[in-house]
Amino acid sequence: MSIELKNVTYTYSPETAYEIHALKNINLVIPDGQFMGIIGHTGSGKSTLIQHFNALIRPTSGTILYNGEDIWEEKYDRRKLRSEVGLVFQYPEHQLFESDVLSDVCFGPMNQGLSREEAEKEARKALAHVGFKEEYFSKSPFELSGGQKKRVAIAGVLAMNPKILILDEPTAGLDPKGRDDILDQIQLLHKMRGITIILVSHSMEDIAKYVERLVVMNHGEAVFDDTPRKVFSHYQELEKMGLAAPQITYIMHALKEKGLDVDVNAITVEEAKDSILKALKKGGKADD
Amino acid sequence: MGIIKAFKLGFDYFKYDEDGNVQEMQRAVDDINLDIEAGSFVAILGHNGSGKSTLAKQLNALLLPSEGTIWVDDMDTSKEQELWKIRQKAGMVFQNPDNQIIGTVVEEDVGFGPENMGVPTEDIWKRVGDSLRKTGMTAYRHHSPNKLSGGQKQRVAIAGVMAMRPQCIVLDEPTAMLDPNGRHEVLEAVSELNKKENVTVILITHYMEEVIHADKVYVMDSGKIVMQGTPREIFSQVERLKEYRLDVPQVTLLAHELHEAGVDIPEGILTTEELVSALCQ
Repeated sequence: MSIELKNVTYTYSPETAYEIHALKNINLVIPDGQFMGIIGHTGSGKSTLIQHFNALIRPTSGTILYNGEDIWEEKYDRRKLRSEVGLVFQYPEHQLFESDVLSDVCFGPMNQGLSREEAEKEARKALAHVGFKEEYFSKSPFELSGGQKKRVAIAGVLAMNPKILILDEPTAGLDPKGRDDILDQIQLLHKMRGITIILVSHSMEDIAKYVERLVVMNHGEAVFDDTPRKVFSHYQELEKMGLAAPQITYIMHALKEKGLDVDVNAITVEEAKDSILKALKKGGKADD
Repeated sequence: MGIIKAFKLGFDYFKYDEDGNVQEMQRAVDDINLDIEAGSFVAILGHNGSGKSTLAKQLNALLLPSEGTIWVDDMDTSKEQELWKIRQKAGMVFQNPDNQIIGTVVEEDVGFGPENMGVPTEDIWKRVGDSLRKTGMTAYRHHSPNKLSGGQKQRVAIAGVMAMRPQCIVLDEPTAMLDPNGRHEVLEAVSELNKKENVTVILITHYMEEVIHADKVYVMDSGKIVMQGTPREIFSQVERLKEYRLDVPQVTLLAHELHEAGVDIPEGILTTEELVSALCQ
């Protein structure tokens, strides 16, 4: 049970003067239940890549297997694929269109053939899972704040009970609390429902906090594919690609340079705190 | 005398039913007093829906106050005859770069503002050249804007505002959609304008690290200003900021957690250098 990309290449406007190789020979296996992150500068091929996962884009060459089956086989049921591999785009407001929140979330499951009643059940469950309050169910989605719209858009995809959830920068423009809330909810869903999560983000801090595996895209190639800890240890190379490491990485390197014996591979505030406290104790500087 | 002043500023959004009767009223900005010094770098923080953008849009008369008064360089924004002068004084840059670029070539886009103002042609070209230089975009002068990265597009948008020679520039989450490099480019450009050209900057953002060098930070909640002070004064109140759905830079949070754990370091640490020197004396 997985998504598998074999030598996938995608070229925009092939054989013209405007030819751009957006993806070059990508090989990836995303096993079931993984929480994976994708980072890369604007134009690195991230969005092109994720649109291959649910057959919105057909590769110029190479094969994409879902659960071992080639999704571009003539008889393959891509409609079913798209209901199993849900994609939440960067602008949730472009994804909402119904007159009230509940109907909007019902659209997906009804499209899958559920009755309104059954769809509503799924919709309510999905809205509860993203922490959306029932008192706003009858509001127009267009009256909601940015954070609420994102929740509704995510719920709309969740209501279809996807096995894989792809989120393209779900937190851009959200306030810090809204950002943490949504990502915490996604992590909870990952744990409760065992859904595979693929998170595209420009926030290295969020990536460090949530994902177990990190793929770095640069000029259409997957240049790193490892744990976030390992990837962020290449922070100087990441900077050359217009990326960065979380602020913590820089702090730990600076402390180490000044002689404090800390773990430079710490990538979250929590890890850094533990490591610094340990180093200070060894040096006899902590108060206790 | 500040470049931007507000006195008891209030703004209401109305929702109308089909017959045009007021159905709902929502106070988005409530009793705000401001006095922003010319040449300063001011940041506004606040959660989604706290009224930041509504306030920002009143700074150049895109919205007019429901109550109270706002003055831009001594001009009352509610006086219609001053409208164009006000918008020239206080330029605005929004979140999505794709929504504010109209030209098919970078230099054309940057020249749109001054052309619209009736600036003589040779002067327009001079302004375009100047603005592109100030934002570090000269090399892209003849490029098509849609081939640029997000950070570059935002710098073109900033150059477009600069070409109108404003005294004040209001940026509403200009980096929300950019990658780390783009974020860095935009902040660098903005801070240069502030330091070298003495342009007053009002930056609205959700990235706490972006405001540590500001002269003053305002925090908004439910349409009101609930905190104001230097970044150090604001960010030393970690718990209070969390109540307002905000955060502190990671380095500040780490220092705070270490402080709580009994390590002898001050609150309100803002940079890696400060933390390193506090821990490794």
